[in-house]
Amino acid sequence: MITIFGVPSAALFGQLLIGLINGSFYALLSLGLAVIFGMLNIINFAHGAQYMLGAVAAFLLLQFTGIGYWPALIIAPLIVGAFGIVIERTFLQWLYKLDHLYGLLLTFGLALIIEGVARNYLGSAGLPYALPESLRGGQNLGFMFLPNYRAWVILVSLVICFGTWYAIERTRLGAYLRAATENPTLVRAFGVNVPVMITLTYGFGVALAAFAGVMAAPIYNVSPQMGAELIIVVFAVVVIGGMGSILGAIVTGFGLGIVEGLTKVFFPEASNTVIFVIMAIVLLVRPAGLFGRGT
Amino acid sequence: MQVTSSPATTGTVAAREPSMLQRHGETIGFVVMVVALMVAPFFTYPLFLMQAMCFALFACAFNLLIGYVGLLSFGHALYFGWASYLSAHAAKVWGFNPEFAILTGTLTAALCGFLAGSLAIRRQGIYFAMITLALAQMMYFVALRMKFTGGEDGIQAVPRGYLFGFINLNNETTMYVFVMVVFLAGFLLIYRIIHSPFGEVLKAIRENEPRAISLGYKTDRYKLIAFVLSATLAGVAGSTKAITLQIASLTDVNWPMSGEVVLMTLVGGLGTIFGPVVGAFVILAMQFKLSSVGEWVLVIQGVIFVTVVLLFRRGIVGEIAALFRR
Repeated sequence: MITIFGVPSAALFGQLLIGLINGSFYALLSLGLAVIFGMLNIINFAHGAQYMLGAVAAFLLLQFTGIGYWPALIIAPLIVGAFGIVIERTFLQWLYKLDHLYGLLLTFGLALIIEGVARNYLGSAGLPYALPESLRGGQNLGFMFLPNYRAWVILVSLVICFGTWYAIERTRLGAYLRAATENPTLVRAFGVNVPVMITLTYGFGVALAAFAGVMAAPIYNVSPQMGAELIIVVFAVVVIGGMGSILGAIVTGFGLGIVEGLTKVFFPEASNTVIFVIMAIVLLVRPAGLFGRGT
Repeated sequence: MQVTSSPATTGTVAAREPSMLQRHGETIGFVVMVVALMVAPFFTYPLFLMQAMCFALFACAFNLLIGYVGLLSFGHALYFGWASYLSAHAAKVWGFNPEFAILTGTLTAALCGFLAGSLAIRRQGIYFAMITLALAQMMYFVALRMKFTGGEDGIQAVPRGYLFGFINLNNETTMYVFVMVVFLAGFLLIYRIIHSPFGEVLKAIRENEPRAISLGYKTDRYKLIAFVLSATLAGVAGSTKAITLQIASLTDVNWPMSGEVVLMTLVGGLGTIFGPVVGAFVILAMQFKLSSVGEWVLVIQGVIFVTVVLLFRRGIVGEIAALFRR
């Protein structure tokens, strides 16, 4: 058995893999938060709840309509994204003129509502969601065992993250989005429909969270609390990475996932808190965040 | 945050003299509150009232930051909960008298406030809120793992003890008077802080921080002091709660508790002196009445949050004050 720093290599790489998985979810969620914050200047506290809704939607689709994992990957984000658009039109649009903090408070309230309703109908315990047939099993790589599903999650997260980054930073639509973030009035004067862009951006961010939720369902099981537990860590990730940068959100998400995984191997007691400790250190050394462009 | 309008800010000259009600509104309100608190135990459960007073003080402490400095601390449960734990531990394990147990808890909260505040103040607005939340969550996990907190069980059967060595706090009446005194003392302290030169600087920072800096005020220092004061008073509330309810648990350090105090202040009225008190009593009464419906309380709180943010931003006391101003 190979050991690295006194830890068996299988355990080390196993935890690193878990860390990468967690990192994928941190990256996907902080990406969604960053995109929404960039366009709407609202911190979407409901992001965790919407992630949970994605998982719940996948579960309900399977339970009541027999629609499996693969279609759910598309359908669930669409449903939850549509729900997000409704939220934006009914609640969020009234807040743009107000202090940013009201956005946080309102989405906090929405998160409570969504989680409360989910808890009432689904109970507090986790509900199982089976791994899709085609992704069961794994590969023996010699130094560790790589489950297929885990590899799939990491791959898809990377693709989506960099796809979104590319769409925002390198395409025309992304250019309109970035311009509308900086000066919406001027962009409207050019004939671009900014309110529709804002609504669709929120919908996209929510759909991203829901997509992450569907992917998480087979790994973490579907429970109403899954979002709340995750969202605060994602906040810390966002503070560390800096909200201004899409790339920053992605890199920080994956990086912190790996750090958390490594901590679990060497200092298991600190694994819950290591990300917050890093946040404290980053705040002392580089208050704007690692990739931030200042408040 | 919304500005409480006055002739100075709206730019209009007062068309008529403020009425006697308006001029002495705060004093009248205070007298009404004291009388209500003295009479209430004959109408409802004293334990509920004592709990409500602790939370009212907690909300007032929180309001000091958001209403008067403009800083939203989304992790105030940190100070409340950890003061609660230390106070419970001091009373139960170290055998302190209640006044020293509360002092222990308060000092803990002050220290936590200083450390957390120094970190959080480095960022503004939304980031400040997120940092306070993250720090509170970190301390939740610490509390979860540390042995002395009792983990999921919490610290139970905290002795009420003898105040100053001879006043028996197990007697409900004496306990009620004690909690009332603590609450009113904290309330008056906050009032004094707000209506002082220091308080005026805080309001100036809320309105226009760059302007305050240009006038020579070291705003970071003021913000930190206000933060520590707020945390300390939240600590007083938490410590007293631990002695009153004789329990300290994970609920007190968890993020829903931070959310609840925000809700209480929002519902009662941000930036008003009586708002948090009213909000605390309203929310606790609601929780009490709805305890039979279990999980729906979460949903109802969320609905109240959404409604208040969209439609009643001034809160109960704020709306009443606006009515009188017309």
